[in-house]
Amino acid sequence: MILPIGFFMASSSRSDFLSGIRDSVPVIVAAAPFGVLFGALAVDNGLSLFETVLMSASIYAGASQMVGIELFGGTVAPWLVVLSIFAVNFRHVLYSAAVGRRITHFTPLQKACAFFFLIDPQYAETERRAEQEKPITVAWYFGMGVPVYLFWVLEGFLGGVFGGLISEPETYGIDFLLPLYFLGLVLGFRTRRNWTPVVIASAIGSIIAFHFIGSPWHVSVGALTGIALAAVIAPPVRPGRERASQ
Amino acid sequence: MTDPFTVNVWIILFGALATYATRFGGHVVLSRFEKIHPRVEAALNAVPAAVLTTLVAPAAVFNGPAEAITMALALIVGWRAPMLVVVFLGAATVALLRSLIG
Repeated sequence: MILPIGFFMASSSRSDFLSGIRDSVPVIVAAAPFGVLFGALAVDNGLSLFETVLMSASIYAGASQMVGIELFGGTVAPWLVVLSIFAVNFRHVLYSAAVGRRITHFTPLQKACAFFFLIDPQYAETERRAEQEKPITVAWYFGMGVPVYLFWVLEGFLGGVFGGLISEPETYGIDFLLPLYFLGLVLGFRTRRNWTPVVIASAIGSIIAFHFIGSPWHVSVGALTGIALAAVIAPPVRPGRERASQ
Repeated sequence: MTDPFTVNVWIILFGALATYATRFGGHVVLSRFEKIHPRVEAALNAVPAAVLTTLVAPAAVFNGPAEAITMALALIVGWRAPMLVVVFLGAATVALLRSLIG
């Protein structure tokens, strides 16, 4: 994907673009082992190097790519593989709804591209920035999103080429980096209203679903448990807004 | 030259389409409503913690004692320390515990 620099700069400043790039660095560092691991596992599971890179470049969602490569190989019906990828990524519907509120000032083309880059960390960083009351500009959004994307595709390629080098990821705890990274993200939201009950409800929901239904449905079921609880225990009118709405 | 459009390539392309649909769809559906109900807003605010928790909790519970202990320690450390510390300290801890208790 080649986009002219003007596309990012049109409505905002160079410093926002650079601050986006700065915000992308920890994400690139944390995601790198998984990008490479995905490439290695994909080739290990019989995908060609072209298919491996295509998957990182077009689906661009780590967990679902991992689920996807587990199911390749002819025994699982193709539509079921697509459905599994869809199920793992279903959470993005909620990200999309939330981030859509933050980027109403983007042009339609900018929005179309922005939603392509809407991975978990992009969502988390966008919410974090909005919470700090900094503007979600086009320059910041793509300054954050594009480097993460380019590195992800490159890592898939490198993993595919040098796949054999990580023979036993368990020895170094590399396979556990992903849950730890997600834990760090969860903790980052702990100042939000009703964080504790939401997290406990989601944890219980996902553990029960994982045990009785199995992966990948624990993601949707567990998340909906926590989200439903948040909706139920929310005050019917937002505090501080009663007067304004009258 | 062989046909590049193997079954795998079609699965990947439809998987990409399905993924993009989830990333665009939420906004398209929700932007139809002018005013967001407070309960919907509360639900949306709960999304990140709720979703990300589901990627953590089963990993802590169903893997084994080394992973469960690591996750408990990471939770405590993460309350104070930045994320990169949690991630790399956690990976080192789980590797050590696995070699000690399997």
